[in-house]
Amino acid sequence: MSSILMHAPALVIALPLLTAFVTPVIGRFNRKTISWFVSFILGLTLLLIIFIANQVLTNGALIYVFGGTEAGLTLPSGYTVPIRIIFHIDGMGIFMGLITAVVSFLAAIYSISFMEQHSGLEKYYTLLLLLATGMFGMELTGDIFNFFVFLEIASIASVALISFRSTLAGEPAEAGFKYMVVSSISALMVLFAIGLFYGQYDVLNMATIASVMQFTQLDKIALVLLVSVLAMKAGSVPMHMWTPDAYSEAPAAITMVLVAASQASLYALFRTTFSLYNVTLNTVTVGWIIIILGILSMFIGVTMAIIQKDIKRLMAYHAISQTGYMLLGVGVGLAVLANPVALENFGIKAMEGGIFHIMNHAMYKGLLFLTAGALFYRTGTRDLNKMGGLANNMMYTTIFFIIGAAAIAGIPPFNGFASKLIIYESVYQFNPLLSIIAMLVSILTLASFVKVFHSAFLGPKLEQYKSVQEVPKSMVVAMATLACIIVFFGLFPDLIVKHIVHPAVMALINQTHYTATILGGI
Amino acid sequence: MNIGLLETGSGYWNAIIWVLVTIIVGIGVLWLRNKGEGSYKKDTNQTKPFLSGNPEVSKEDSHVGASHIYWGFTEALKNYYEPLIKLHTGDINDYSGWIVLVMAIIFIIVGVS
Repeated sequence: MSSILMHAPALVIALPLLTAFVTPVIGRFNRKTISWFVSFILGLTLLLIIFIANQVLTNGALIYVFGGTEAGLTLPSGYTVPIRIIFHIDGMGIFMGLITAVVSFLAAIYSISFMEQHSGLEKYYTLLLLLATGMFGMELTGDIFNFFVFLEIASIASVALISFRSTLAGEPAEAGFKYMVVSSISALMVLFAIGLFYGQYDVLNMATIASVMQFTQLDKIALVLLVSVLAMKAGSVPMHMWTPDAYSEAPAAITMVLVAASQASLYALFRTTFSLYNVTLNTVTVGWIIIILGILSMFIGVTMAIIQKDIKRLMAYHAISQTGYMLLGVGVGLAVLANPVALENFGIKAMEGGIFHIMNHAMYKGLLFLTAGALFYRTGTRDLNKMGGLANNMMYTTIFFIIGAAAIAGIPPFNGFASKLIIYESVYQFNPLLSIIAMLVSILTLASFVKVFHSAFLGPKLEQYKSVQEVPKSMVVAMATLACIIVFFGLFPDLIVKHIVHPAVMALINQTHYTATILGGI
Repeated sequence: MNIGLLETGSGYWNAIIWVLVTIIVGIGVLWLRNKGEGSYKKDTNQTKPFLSGNPEVSKEDSHVGASHIYWGFTEALKNYYEPLIKLHTGDINDYSGWIVLVMAIIFIIVGVS
């Protein structure tokens, strides 16, 4: 058993990847077992990630070398840089891995009932597994070309999943096409940036690139390419317009995973600026670029959300708005990275707020999208104008929606409040105006979700929904799990910040440690 | 009491204490409520709204739809919303254009910094 667990980082990729190709075969014999089988595999993957997380958070960064026993093994010719694909799992990588594992597993559980009536289930689950594989790879790899490959796997699977319900007047297909175009642009730019690194430094290992980074003109070009396209993939304003299209048309469980996939791009943005470049770049300038993208995302996202009538488009604009908080928190950390006093006084806290918000957002936005899916499952519409009085018949969904809405609006004691409070207080010390804007956005977020709550859940039973019932158990279980996580994170935020978030932040800030983990063996 | 105590940068937050305080305040509110008007009777004329003598609109017809909520807010901010909505064309060419524009701006800023 221990010899198998030694290969846990490889298994996290191999298990969903191989299952993705086995799933259609199982589907040929017994269609109904696919959903349970995939849920079981993603559950196993979650356990593997928890095992790795325990190792990383106890013993420090984990290195897994494919085709070798240690990172220091080099070519017989004497070439002394890491030549193999290396998984470099530090606090930040495993933080993201945990989010992906939880979200993918719950998406599979939710889909058991949600997708039951749909045809092409084997394709759906194959794509879900490939999407999970791509996200895990993006978050765990220490090789920049390998990152590109996993980014592509995740993007292609996402395109197909967004377009999955192609029977709905072609809109999912259009959304999928739009996502394909923006993903292709981003992939091309990422590949170009990788080419610039490889052309200059002859290496693809991220820690090695970081150790020899000169911040030449070519490095500046690579930085701009990576920052802009990764911000776009994360849904940052003004490059956010694909987000409402993609999030609203994808099946609800997939939308939840897409939120986590966008956060994987956000992770890559932070990995680029902190681990690859760190203080070699002008941290104040790039930090402010990220802060401005964050402020724009927060404000434009929430104001666009308020006027939406489609529940999933409304929530998608809120996803953009919440991404702004993460960009703001981490952007402030980057802006003061070269100033040890400011970093110690409020920079680390701002980053903790931003990084904690990534996890919180994945949980409550995931829950909100699942409740939107539950409403669609029972009413057949996403139009808030056509809904009303559903709290009478869908008690559990209503409770879960209230928890999700309260969390996203930053109402205590839920998790969104904890991360937002850290952001408000630490960012205030950097620039009070930014903090005030963040608070204003929270108020508008609350207003927006009050509108959804009133439109969909309150009021008398409508004639057309008199026979509506609560959603099936698997959907309730997925939503209940997320609701419990939200409440737990809200009641005990100190545990999460101390044991998971702080190590993630320190892994980002401490570039010397990041490079030494790999190069120490060479 | 350190369980749940979160350091926020400028102070501390403890959700457990907040919940306990909320429960205590809630009990106080319920106690005050119970001290109120004792002659209140459910499902009588006392519970019906008085609309200047006009008949009450049925509950189904009185539900305010999503499009009508915050009408005043959006109307007051018309000058903000009109150009903002126009920017959201739904055209993939425009999406790509925004990426190029942002990239160009960041190029200039990083280039001169």
